[in-house]
Amino acid sequence: MQFGIFTVGDITTDPTTGDTPTENARIKAMVAIAQKVEEVGLDVFATGEHHNPPFVPSSPTTMLGYIAAQTERIILSTATTLITTSDPVKIAEDFAMLQHLSDGRVDLTLGRGNTGPVYPWFGKDIREGIPLALENYALLRRLWREDFVDWEGQFRTPLQGFQSTPRPLDGVPPFVWHGSIRSPEIAEQAAYYGDGFFSNHIFWPASHTAKMVQYYRQRFEHYGHGTASQAMVGLGGQVFMSKNSQDAKHKFRPYFDNAPVYGNGPSMEDFTSQTPLTVGSPQEVIDRTLGFRDYVGDYQRQLWLMDHAGLPLKTVLEQLDLLGEEVVPVLRREFAKNRPADVPDGPTHDSLRLAAHTPVATGSGKRDDLDTAAAIAPARTGTAFGLAGTVTTGA
Amino acid sequence: MPDTIRPERTLAVVSAGLSQPSSTRLLADKLTAASVARLTDEGFTTRVVTYELRDYAQDIMNNMLTRFASLRLETMIEAVTAADGLIAVTPIFTTSYSGLFKTFFDVIDNRSLTDQPVVIGATAGTARHSLALDYALRPMFTYLHAVVVPTSVFAASEDWGSGDGGIDSRLATLPARIERAAGELAALVAASDRSTRVRDPFELPAGFNPAGFTRVGQPPSRQ
Repeated sequence: MQFGIFTVGDITTDPTTGDTPTENARIKAMVAIAQKVEEVGLDVFATGEHHNPPFVPSSPTTMLGYIAAQTERIILSTATTLITTSDPVKIAEDFAMLQHLSDGRVDLTLGRGNTGPVYPWFGKDIREGIPLALENYALLRRLWREDFVDWEGQFRTPLQGFQSTPRPLDGVPPFVWHGSIRSPEIAEQAAYYGDGFFSNHIFWPASHTAKMVQYYRQRFEHYGHGTASQAMVGLGGQVFMSKNSQDAKHKFRPYFDNAPVYGNGPSMEDFTSQTPLTVGSPQEVIDRTLGFRDYVGDYQRQLWLMDHAGLPLKTVLEQLDLLGEEVVPVLRREFAKNRPADVPDGPTHDSLRLAAHTPVATGSGKRDDLDTAAAIAPARTGTAFGLAGTVTTGA
Repeated sequence: MPDTIRPERTLAVVSAGLSQPSSTRLLADKLTAASVARLTDEGFTTRVVTYELRDYAQDIMNNMLTRFASLRLETMIEAVTAADGLIAVTPIFTTSYSGLFKTFFDVIDNRSLTDQPVVIGATAGTARHSLALDYALRPMFTYLHAVVVPTSVFAASEDWGSGDGGIDSRLATLPARIERAAGELAALVAASDRSTRVRDPFELPAGFNPAGFTRVGQPPSRQ
């Protein structure tokens, strides 16, 4: 199981001091947070991608490449990479380059983005968000897996004999998570390819996340990638801790009450009961996080949002100390208990390289078989919860 | 005929009245009673679920701000959107539906009222606001692809003192308008199978292909 931090990269005024960080300070703070992630023994740092203020991370692989040089161990990831408005050719190249520079410490989470004007700024139409995500990813996969690609689609200029460079490290493409809050199409896409599914989790009730993950798991099994329990699931989370539970609530409340996402809406108490947000002692965070497994099953990756709503860097780093010292060691131990042996750990370059050179033991489930029109038939409408395990693809 | 074999229909009532007692709720109740009576005549048992939006005001605004419904609001939205018919009544404030009424219909999924039979009603101090039904409420429900019955019912304060609008009446009064609207709604509700439909929140669009082609009638991109 992998633990880490994901950041939106927002510039938000600290409501308790009125201080607003400069872009430079915020960017450097993100780097400091990534270094802290490594220092305290977490596994993953993931940055968002945005093309409008108040967000700074418009250029994720530049930032992650710099962080790669400052760290030795952590996986560098995204939450999310905009597969809709970015050219899949450039994504293929940028992340393959990052893979080489970081010696394989890279994966990515694909998302569609939800800021309307970003689409037209990049020459796209938000109403085509899902078709863009599907087609662009289909091309991205081929660019990483085939040396020369002939391709034509609806959204991008065609390619004849194109080779994306550099080729993926060791011939193993970066692992891909597909991020979605509410679109079954994206869960279906993740399942179809046997990729990971990342649920943002933090802005919606747990019951919703449970249904989306359950759907993805069933479809993952349906497409022949393994059992539902072997599907690759990542979750977001959001915590604020103090040794003493009341202190945590007192310190976090002004940030909660003024946060751009939920400020001036429900009370902190209502929001913590309705979503995974946990404000309290490290033990409360441990208990709540362990509870996620009850509704999504044994999963592979837990990322927390820590540096938002104007929280100063010093506070964020203190939170990371608490995570690394008091929370994550216990979570590693407890999540390992009763975890079935055939549930995979979080993906790494080494695990993917090993899998790529190991024959698949069950079925004929070579992924290439699935990338054909023959695999289209199972994607009928209205098959949720119904057909899992009843249709064998690629047999 | 024993109730056990009478077919059942569900009627949802949404009232945006604020006061207690509320003339908006009173109009909603009269529309409900008239609709239930028609359905009973047609041989149906009608289950009625009635909601005062005031009771959900905080949840509705929180949903607007957080983009998800609290559990109790979600339960209410499911009951409203799955009903065979909807009676929606609002006071007219500042020439249009109340903000609370509009906010409720803003936070529900904009596909969830598709094909739902709806009767719209409104109340105000004077009849000069009556066209708000047709320039504000009706277009909103049309946008939502609901089926709004031709008769909408407006009740100005003075209408509560009107006669029963019998066949010899010179003017079509409030009770007559209620009767006509209820009859139009009941006919659509009787034909509805909405409340017994299985709804799959994970239904994928027709023609969906996870590898990249989503439109009906178009070939997959050439590769």
